[in-house]
Amino acid sequence: MGLTAESSGINVLKDDFNIELDRNNPIIALAGNPNTGKSTVFNGLTGLRQHTGNWPGKTVTQAQGIFTYQNKEFTIVDLPGTYSLLANSTEEMVARDFICFARPDATIVVADASNLERNLNLVLQVMELTDNVILCVNLMDEAERKNIKIDIEKLKEELGIQIIPAVARDGKGLKEIKETVYQITNKHLITKPWKIKYSREIEDAVKKIVPILEDNLYNLSSQINLRWLALRLIEGDRTILQSIDKYFLSYRKSIDNIYESEAQTDGVG
Amino acid sequence: MILTTLPIGSQGKIKELTARGKQRRRLLDLGLIPGTTIIPKMKSPSGDPVAYLIRGTVLALRKEETDLIEVSV
Repeated sequence: MGLTAESSGINVLKDDFNIELDRNNPIIALAGNPNTGKSTVFNGLTGLRQHTGNWPGKTVTQAQGIFTYQNKEFTIVDLPGTYSLLANSTEEMVARDFICFARPDATIVVADASNLERNLNLVLQVMELTDNVILCVNLMDEAERKNIKIDIEKLKEELGIQIIPAVARDGKGLKEIKETVYQITNKHLITKPWKIKYSREIEDAVKKIVPILEDNLYNLSSQINLRWLALRLIEGDRTILQSIDKYFLSYRKSIDNIYESEAQTDGVG
Repeated sequence: MILTTLPIGSQGKIKELTARGKQRRRLLDLGLIPGTTIIPKMKSPSGDPVAYLIRGTVLALRKEETDLIEVSV
């Protein structure tokens, strides 16, 4: 048994995020503002195949579950409801660290159709961090009640991602979510999320910082979105480097453990 | 003037945030950026917090937050 990125990745997920992995299931993250019906979507997808626990070391609840589609199993993790990923609170840090370091195969962001503008803040932040984003615009019945009409096709064009209108409470949209997740995880669907461009000063600063990050994090640069990281540093985020240290260290520890157990086996056999 | 002194029902426009750090970040994340229209809708029975209509949604903000938001009418 050799050292593979996969095997050490799996250890990170289990130890750092308390995620149980079943035979290489794709991992799907579920994000969104509070009060968007995110839990309804989660329950609708997983039914009874779910359980709750805590994020390691935090008093924040975590729910994880499984759904099956086209004979394939998917593990879905319910992230805390947050308005932002900018790590102002424990919940935001948990959500950000999961998307950034556990690198789920897809992230579904659930938004409230009758509060779309406010909800899009988080959507755009997730799009900046990962390309594998699906937007579920839930509570469409509430929006209709308030006479709010949403042009889903136009929104798709502008954002460059798949968008699924839903009334999760009535089970509407759940099948479409599963289908889209399926398409994205087997690479039949490539999304090109619209990327925010900042002012000249910021973009220039990013251009200077990314090569420095590449040099210092050489074996992590394929795993961490360096542009995103540069932007966080420019913003003055103190926690992001600590997080990298933490997860990188445990990644390294997994590798050390594997080397050690291999060495021991060789010694005995 | 600070948002705290904006009367119920009148429309204001956010000029700047004097809040700093995490508090500032949170207010920005909720959509309270310069140029945004904001209308106080309703006070809670104790007078604090107050419900504000902003960007098509209603937010409850405490006096300690609204003291740090400059608006123009």
